Amino acid sequence: MLAKRIIPCLDVKDGRVVKGINFLNLVDAGDPVEVASIYSRENADEIVFLDITASVEKRSTILDVVKKTAEQVFIPLTVGGGIRSIEDIRLLLKSGADKASLNTAAVENKDLIREASEQFGSQCIVVAIDAKRRHKGTKAQRENPEWEVYIYGGRKPIGLDVIEWAEEVKELGAGEILLTSMDSDGTKDGYDIELTRAVSEAVNIPVIASGGAGTPEHLCQALTEGKADAVLAASIFHYSEYSIQEVKKYLKERGIAVRIKGRLCAEL
Amino acid sequence: MITVVDYGLGNLRSVSKAVEKLGAEVEVTDSPEKIEKADGIILPGVGAFHIGMQNLKRLNLLPVLSEAISKGTPFLGICLGFQILFTQSEEHGICNGMDIIKGKVKRFTHELKIPHMGWNQVKRQKAKGKIFNGVSDNSYFYFVHSYYAEPEDKNVIIAATEYGHEFTSAVNKDNVWGVQFHPEKSSELGLKILGNFLSLC
Repeated sequence: MLAKRIIPCLDVKDGRVVKGINFLNLVDAGDPVEVASIYSRENADEIVFLDITASVEKRSTILDVVKKTAEQVFIPLTVGGGIRSIEDIRLLLKSGADKASLNTAAVENKDLIREASEQFGSQCIVVAIDAKRRHKGTKAQRENPEWEVYIYGGRKPIGLDVIEWAEEVKELGAGEILLTSMDSDGTKDGYDIELTRAVSEAVNIPVIASGGAGTPEHLCQALTEGKADAVLAASIFHYSEYSIQEVKKYLKERGIAVRIKGRLCAEL
Repeated sequence: MITVVDYGLGNLRSVSKAVEKLGAEVEVTDSPEKIEKADGIILPGVGAFHIGMQNLKRLNLLPVLSEAISKGTPFLGICLGFQILFTQSEEHGICNGMDIIKGKVKRFTHELKIPHMGWNQVKRQKAKGKIFNGVSDNSYFYFVHSYYAEPEDKNVIIAATEYGHEFTSAVNKDNVWGVQFHPEKSSELGLKILGNFLSLC
C-alpha cells in the first residue's frame, strides 16, 4: 500500500540551516547535509530544503548544498525558494535535487509551470501555495470558508482563490502541491484541516499539508480528515520533541500506512 | 567500470553517487564506445517515454545498448529506463520501445492520484530475483510514475506492487533487470538492490 509521507523541512540561508536544530549527536547543527543525513537515518520519507537566501550573489550556495546532500542522502530531495526560471530548475535537478518547488514565480509566470513540467516531467515540479483564510472569524467564513493565495513569502495577497489556483496549477502540469496555511503556520495548533481537505479533494495530484504541526495527532488529522498525501513539519522534528520514528509508530497504530524502517533479511 | 547512460533525462547524479558509495567505479556517459566496454550498464531516467526514445536514437545509443544486452552485459533499467525495455508505450500516442521485453506500457486509469508518487511495498514474486537478495518481502521503495509496464510473459515478473491494481514493479530476463521504483532514492534497501546488481557485474 502506498505510504503517507512524513517530510521534514529545513530552512537554509547562505548554505546554512537556520532556525535552531536541536539534536543529540549533531556535530554541526548548521550543516544541512548532516541534518538531512540524520533525518534520512531516522526514516524521513523525503527532505525539503527551503532556501531563504536573500542576496543574489549567494544564491548559488544552495546548489552546493544540494550536490553534497545528494552524495550522502538517498531519499528524495525537494528544493524551494527563489526559483525564477527554467535554468534555475535545470541547475537544481542537475545538482541532485529530485523536485523543484515553485511559488511566487509560478503565480507571476504561469508558463513556467507548463514549460518546466514539459521539459523535466510533472513529477519534479511542485507548486507551493501559501493560503490564508478570507474574512476570518465571520459567520460567512465559517459556513463557506475561502482562502486566498499570497506570494512573496506570504507578504502579498493577490486576490486569487486557493482552490481555483490549485486546479489551475494541476492543469498547467504541476505534479504535486505543497500547501501551507499561513493562519496555522508557527502556531503548533494543528494544520488547517478544512483547507487541506478542500484542496486535496479538488485536485487529483498529491497534496502535502504544511503549517501548524505541533503533535503527532496533528499529522494524523491532516492525513485522515485532511486527506493529505504527505505532511511537512519543521519544529516538532528539529527540536527533537518527537522523532520521525515515534510519529510513524503513532500513525501506524492508528491504521495509517507509513513506511516503517526497512529491513534487510538473510541472503537467500 | 559501471556505465550510467546519459540520455538527457533524469537524475543521473543520484544514481552515479549511489553506485560510487557502494564502492564501484562509475562513469556517466553518452559515448557508445564506453557503453560497449562497460562491465554493467544502468539506464536510469524520469520523464516522457517518447522523449527518452528520441534521445537514445539521436545519440545513436540503441544499437550499442541492444548489442551489449545480447552479449550478456548485466543491464539495469530504472523507472523510465525500465519502461523503455518494453515493446511499446501508449504515452503520447503509441511509441515503440527497445522491445527487449515483450509487453506494453500503459497509463493508470483508476481513480487514485496520478502520478503514483511515494513509498510503496514491493512483493517478490519468486525467489529467483537475485537483485532482491537480502531484502525482506513487502519492503517499501520510492516510486514516481504515471504509466506501468505489462509484460506478456509473466515469467519475467520478479516483483509486483499494488496501486489501484497490481502492476509489475520489477522484471528479470537473463542478464536484463528492470525496476519501476528508484533504488537510488530508496534509502538503505535501495542501495542494497543496487549493490546486488553490482555484484552481478
